[in-house]
Amino acid sequence: MAEKPRLKVPAQAKKGEVVEIKTLLAHGMETGLRKDAGGAVIPRKIINKFSCEFNGKPVFSADIEPAVAANPYLQFSARVDESGTFKFTWVDDDGTVTTAEHAILVTA
Amino acid sequence: MMHRMTRRQALALGAGATAMITVGDAPLAFATPADADAEIAKFTGGKPLTAGKITIDLPEIAENGNTVPLSIVVDSPMTPDNYVSDILVVADGNPRPGVAVFHLTPLSGRAAAATRIRLQTTENIIVVAKTSDGKFLTERKQVKVTIGGCGG
Repeated sequence: MAEKPRLKVPAQAKKGEVVEIKTLLAHGMETGLRKDAGGAVIPRKIINKFSCEFNGKPVFSADIEPAVAANPYLQFSARVDESGTFKFTWVDDDGTVTTAEHAILVTA
Repeated sequence: MMHRMTRRQALALGAGATAMITVGDAPLAFATPADADAEIAKFTGGKPLTAGKITIDLPEIAENGNTVPLSIVVDSPMTPDNYVSDILVVADGNPRPGVAVFHLTPLSGRAAAATRIRLQTTENIIVVAKTSDGKFLTERKQVKVTIGGCGG
């Protein structure tokens, strides 16, 4: 695991507001279709699953194929009705799980 | 949908095909529109599709197929009893048709998602959205790709 994921989430929102979330994880997303200089297939190694929860409740998730570009970027929305924490999870083909969290303060 | 190929596109296709043959025993075959349809049928379970209510934002011409911005918005109130639960993205000219499936909930607030995708060639992006009442919406958009992005 190299760099920390990059997140763009507002720190504050009004109750019931729909906020925009942007995430990016540095990852080569090797497709498994390329060959190295010696002609051997470079094995597939991608992020195959992403999920976002808010206070333990699912908000958004994605099943990802090699057709998603390197450094997988995902943008989506979330409706926030209470203060809490977003939890983001990325799952690599090799089983590595990367997580990140972001708190948001929700005012009436 | 067929269109006449320009000389440049014909050359690019030829070069791509040669590159793919030299790859040898890797999974080579390009997806065809039939493969894309099969992927969609797997998602819908064979249910009928209704066109519309989906906005796909993609460049008309992608110079670099390695990273093509894709943005999808489905017109939905996203309330607990009427929301978009799943969005399938398929590319009918890539080595494999599947691109991604997004899963949404009423907590998503908007039925929208954006990412960056790889495209091998000039092809159609097909989006199918499943609503909470079990209906399927669809929309498609063609992207012209100058340099493919799937390796090979």
